[in-house]
Amino acid sequence: MLKRMTRLVSGARQLDPGRLLHGGPQAPQSLAAHPDNQVPDGSPRAVSCTSEGDPARHGEQHEARHYCIPLQDLRTTFPHGLPPRFGMQVRTFNEACLMVRRPALELLHYLKNTNFAHPAVRYVLYGEKGTGKTLSLCHVIHFCAKQDWLILHIPDAHLWVKNCRDLLQSTYNKQRFDQPVEASSWLKNFKTANERFLSQIKVQEKYVWNKRESTEKGHPLGEVVEQGLTHVRNATDAVGIVLKELKSQSRLGAFRLLVAVDGVNALWGRTTLKREDKSPVAPEELALVHSLRKMVRNDWHGGAIVLTLSQTGSLFKPRKAYLPQELLGKEGFDALDPFIPILVSNYSPKEFESCIQYYLENSWLQHEKAHTEEGKKELLFLSNANPGQLERLCAYL
Amino acid sequence: SLLVSLYCVTTKKNVAALRHEAYTVDFIKKQIEEFNIGKRHLANMMGEDPETFTQEDIDRAIAYLFPSGLFEKQARPIMKHPEQIFPKQRAIQWGEDGRPFHFLFYTGKQSYYSLMHEAYGKLLEAEKHQNQLQAKGLFSEKTKTKDLIGSRWLIKEELEEMLVEKLSDQDYAQFIRLLERLLTLHCGAKEEFVQRFRRSITVQSKKQLIEALQYDEQGTAFSTSEGKRKSAKAEAVVYEHGSGKISINGIDYLLYFPVTQDREQLMFPFHFLDRLGKHDATCTVSGGGRSSQAGAIRLALARALCSFITEEEVEWMRQAGLLTADPRVRERKKPGQEGARRKFTWKKR
Repeated sequence: MLKRMTRLVSGARQLDPGRLLHGGPQAPQSLAAHPDNQVPDGSPRAVSCTSEGDPARHGEQHEARHYCIPLQDLRTTFPHGLPPRFGMQVRTFNEACLMVRRPALELLHYLKNTNFAHPAVRYVLYGEKGTGKTLSLCHVIHFCAKQDWLILHIPDAHLWVKNCRDLLQSTYNKQRFDQPVEASSWLKNFKTANERFLSQIKVQEKYVWNKRESTEKGHPLGEVVEQGLTHVRNATDAVGIVLKELKSQSRLGAFRLLVAVDGVNALWGRTTLKREDKSPVAPEELALVHSLRKMVRNDWHGGAIVLTLSQTGSLFKPRKAYLPQELLGKEGFDALDPFIPILVSNYSPKEFESCIQYYLENSWLQHEKAHTEEGKKELLFLSNANPGQLERLCAYL
Repeated sequence: SLLVSLYCVTTKKNVAALRHEAYTVDFIKKQIEEFNIGKRHLANMMGEDPETFTQEDIDRAIAYLFPSGLFEKQARPIMKHPEQIFPKQRAIQWGEDGRPFHFLFYTGKQSYYSLMHEAYGKLLEAEKHQNQLQAKGLFSEKTKTKDLIGSRWLIKEELEEMLVEKLSDQDYAQFIRLLERLLTLHCGAKEEFVQRFRRSITVQSKKQLIEALQYDEQGTAFSTSEGKRKSAKAEAVVYEHGSGKISINGIDYLLYFPVTQDREQLMFPFHFLDRLGKHDATCTVSGGGRSSQAGAIRLALARALCSFITEEEVEWMRQAGLLTADPRVRERKKPGQEGARRKFTWKKR
């Protein structure tokens, strides 16, 4: 292991001498106050972690290293966005470390060079199950949050098309259905993520909720969100209004909009929801899905759209399907065409090594063979360098 | 008065003896003649030469003429030499005057005790010889372990068959102890006597079929082999140089076996030989379920790997059980029971 460390350390890597490892962009914290009791010498964590906390400065040299997201950022940027297993890991280790990987770096490069006068470009992250699409999406979202974009993040579109208990008939359009629970929870998280924008953006039309309440033109968007939160029955309509306003106003250039949807193949698949007479509901008949589809169309400019396909929550799709054609279906593919596909694959050997080092440093792997070469080879074989599988395997060790 | 007839009251005594002895010597002789004549007839029937008609030819001919669908091999028609068919009998042990031939007849197990007597006699001779040598100073240590390796003592059934007598476990143990004590005294003259009671086990079950290596266009060596488990059949092709990728029916093994247990089964042969990332493999599998397919592929991989490793490692693998096909199959459901073993619920009334 020492040999391995020296080999990787002597590779291209810069550590600012004044920076401490867990510092992040905030003021350097003293090691004594640090919750982890790691050895204070630089080399063990330099292998798998980097001190660069700002995604904007992540480059090729940071590939395969973990970087830390400070916990306060986590609460504001990702109120609902982290996958559950990663959330558990964050709670266990008391820090949120994401690995910088090539697909994410590619996406960041594109985002940095977007031309906001052109229509929004769609990027689709696709790959086998467990390769890290959702976490790459989170990396990108963190970057955009740091760059002060407005983030429209739907953590899992599959949650909107299944297991919904109350479907109300929409007040706005009689053919569609409302989902109050999902809409209100999403509005709450949206509010936490984008507090500062809600007062800046003003609505451009008058919206009448019912006989007594209405939102006038020129009032801040925050009012619409409040309305949706307090009156749960109007939550879906509030969501629709928010999406419409943001889309129309992003071209004005006051803010940049990032639409991030995980599991976008849910919007064009089938649902498991049924009407009272047991006939199935098509996704178009759900108001939330309808407004989201309009959002994902690239007829607006001033931002970017990043999407992820996911087979895990998808309905009626075979387990081995991971290509966009298979998961989106013809309808979805045509709707999303043209897009830039980005393949997220399993770990490269360097990334695998880095991940194991990270677990070892956090004392997550307690098995005595985990340090040895044979142990690593075994883990590599059993997980086939798949990040999700590796994480589940290491949970037992 | 008790009339002890000196002349052989053959009728009464031999009738009593006949109860134990089902076949007389004449009967056996007649059977042997009939067998030989029948063998010649059979050879003529099959168009072969009667002089050079062996037992295997007889078996093949009988299997051809009397095809049988019975599962139990011993229930099918056989034609063998009467010595193999009729159990060994003992001739009448006493003469016409009623006096037994052997001096140990009245012990009950005459051949066993005579054997023990003989062996003990040899032991005493060997001790005397050794004492003489020691007295002369010509005593030399010789290790005789070489003839112990590759052979084993007769088991109790074989000894019983040899002596045509029933033995008890203690008798057998006593005999073996006596022979071992004889062996400890280094004496060359007793070798043949002891060797009569040893059977060789040089036929070790490590006669493993090692497949030949084949070479494809680029020159990389690969080897193919098959494996079975419980109704799943698998065929594996293992390439010599690779990076540890395994593809099954064209699909990556991580996707084909989402369960860790199955992947651990695949890992076992490579991990055992410490060659985890060194070989590539392509497999095809059909039938069975998830677990039996994994077992079948594991067997196929282990057999294919035999071509790349040394004989010693093959022996280790065999001892680890990697090269043995699992004989367990699904047990048949029996009538009157709900499953193979489960009975119907028992109601008292």
